[in-house]
Amino acid sequence: MNPIKTFKKGGVHPEENKFSADQDFPMPKQIIVPLGQCLGAPAECIVNKGDRVLTGQLIGTAKGFVSANVHSPATGTVAKVDVVMDHSGYYKPAVFIDREEQDEWAPGILVTDELLTDIKLDGKAIIDKVKECGIVGMGGATFPTHVKMMVPEGKKAEYVIINAAECEPYLTCDYRLLLEKTQEFLIGVKIVMKGVGTDKGIIGIETNKMPAIELLDQTIKAHPDLYAGIEVQPLKTKYPQGGEKQIIKAITGREVPSGKLPIETGCVVVNVASTYAIYEAVQKNKPLIERIVTVTGKAIKKPSNFRCRFGVPADLLIEAAGGMPEDITDVINGGPMMGKSVSVTSFPTMKGTSGILLMTLHEAQDRRQTNCIRCGRCAKACPMGLQPFLLHKVAKLNDFDETEKNHIMDCIECGSCEFTCPANIPLLDYIRYGKAKTGAIIKARNQK
Amino acid sequence: MSNTLLISLVVLGVLGAVLAVVLYIVAQRFKVEENPLIDEAEACLPGANCGGCGFAGCRALAEACVKQAAEKGNIDGLACPGTDMNKVAAVLGLTAGVFEPKIAVVRCNGSCKNSPAKVHYEGADICAFASTLYAGKGGCSKGCMGLGDCVKKCNFGALHIDPETGLPVVDPDKCVGCGVCARTCPRGIIEIRPRGKKDRRVYVCCSNTDKGALVVKNCSVGCIGCQKCLKECPFEAIEMRGNLAYIDPAKCKACGKCAKVCPRGAIHAINFPAPKPEAPAETPEAPKVELEKTVTA
Repeated sequence: MNPIKTFKKGGVHPEENKFSADQDFPMPKQIIVPLGQCLGAPAECIVNKGDRVLTGQLIGTAKGFVSANVHSPATGTVAKVDVVMDHSGYYKPAVFIDREEQDEWAPGILVTDELLTDIKLDGKAIIDKVKECGIVGMGGATFPTHVKMMVPEGKKAEYVIINAAECEPYLTCDYRLLLEKTQEFLIGVKIVMKGVGTDKGIIGIETNKMPAIELLDQTIKAHPDLYAGIEVQPLKTKYPQGGEKQIIKAITGREVPSGKLPIETGCVVVNVASTYAIYEAVQKNKPLIERIVTVTGKAIKKPSNFRCRFGVPADLLIEAAGGMPEDITDVINGGPMMGKSVSVTSFPTMKGTSGILLMTLHEAQDRRQTNCIRCGRCAKACPMGLQPFLLHKVAKLNDFDETEKNHIMDCIECGSCEFTCPANIPLLDYIRYGKAKTGAIIKARNQK
Repeated sequence: MSNTLLISLVVLGVLGAVLAVVLYIVAQRFKVEENPLIDEAEACLPGANCGGCGFAGCRALAEACVKQAAEKGNIDGLACPGTDMNKVAAVLGLTAGVFEPKIAVVRCNGSCKNSPAKVHYEGADICAFASTLYAGKGGCSKGCMGLGDCVKKCNFGALHIDPETGLPVVDPDKCVGCGVCARTCPRGIIEIRPRGKKDRRVYVCCSNTDKGALVVKNCSVGCIGCQKCLKECPFEAIEMRGNLAYIDPAKCKACGKCAKVCPRGAIHAINFPAPKPEAPAETPEAPKVELEKTVTA
């Protein structure tokens, strides 16, 4: 095992609370597939009411550069194309599909559990396939993966870093995937390496997932030819180890310059679930229609990981995990640090739904907010070296020149500052507000 | 001792005198010729620099008035929403231009009662931020967040959040119609409309352009786009914006017929006299106007 590495600046260590167990659950009669499942423009619907769709059939085409295709996660008839309240709390366009019991796969998709080790496609074809299959970053940000894999002219990708840190407390979906689909995942890493044109792949993984580290190490050792160039790098359990910039810093020691993309440091960072999806897409031509979702919380009866098709309402997953406990006041889409509370529990699961977290009143309630005592804990915790107390103040005063001067746009919204604040100030709320406003001002200025 | 005092007095006195001469020369040499009328006109304006007139501040408006008066002989189209422009016109030796006083109207009636809260929000009390997190307490994605961005921005203290309804209320005596609140509202709920004759105005108190079924789900007084008012209006003043009726203030004659036919009570007719003498005479800016009720009763 390689020595443990970590990023230096800031970070916190919240309670881990990782539970896991795997279960199946009955699929509902109707699934609701949102058309906007990625960062950027939502897909354009290409099916009409009454159409019969097959599993894996394209139902929404990407609109614009940063956008991803949407495929049907089930076989059935389109009941309607309407709006649904998704996890953001807003009504968004979605396709409602009345499901048939038996899956009928769209032509061209290879339905097999066999491990396919031979990568037939070349670099360009791999990226095209990733684009076609609508693969996005499945850690939660849902940035289209094909955009990430396209290395711009004049730049060279040196490393492919697989982000298996899963630093968010409670979430275990990537960990389960690593344990269950180890070989497929490693082939996926090879495909990404071939896609971006490099022969070095590093899997960054936190030490609280020792069984996965050992399993990956053993698998790579057992097939040295097949998995040549792939390395497992244990990382210290510290939040936000899985932040894109933090994992690059931890593994390569390089720092992404302010306002630049990770490719500046010669790194392409891909999530575990996305890597597995890339394997499925390239080897089996299977589009992204399912993922592993963690349903967890301290009060829940059976904290579980579900292999879940997109479009399944979240309350069904909660039901399958033992039902909604009584004193739940907060349902979070994603992890506790970066996830956002939802307005309804019936929101459909989608590409970015890594977890559904149920918080009791005791855990979720806002503590009484007091004045800033200038202790500087937030500045110490900030992994980007910012001064959250200052950003909070100037954002509150609507002074967006000052927020820009203090690099608010470099904030990765990890929430470490708010986590450490002894005065319980909602620092991140104000910083997010300031970041959105400042971003809009910068965008307007650049367009002039 | 007295020597030191004397020296410092002489030195500073001479220095002061020399500099005063220099300042005088410079002031004469680089004097900016300015129309004294501008100062006089500015004195008539409130000096809040609210920007409601469309200029950078009160002085900018005064300058524009003086300039237009010299060029065209009138001050038509230039108006401070908070002042009687006759005063300014009198200073310039003119009669005031045509100006309609304006007022801010809140086009949402999703009070705690009409659109009951489904979720509880804890976080920064900024509407612009909260609206990035969720649709709103009642679930209406176009409705008022009730966190008071408009109240904080108002220069005249004309807005406050009614604790009972959770909605901002405009004080008609204080509001000058400058439009700062309308520009601040992240959802564009507040509109600046003419006050109307005798302070009577009719407007659609809803901003939701969604389909009727969605509106009904979240609010009992939202516009569902049934177009009844459109057919009722004798002046063709009502148009549909998506699934939302909009009353064009330029065409509206404030007859109040549309308010009577609206099945949702979404059209508000403000300051209309009640038909019966025993009913309360005037309910300025009341969240719900009694017109429809009294007619049906």
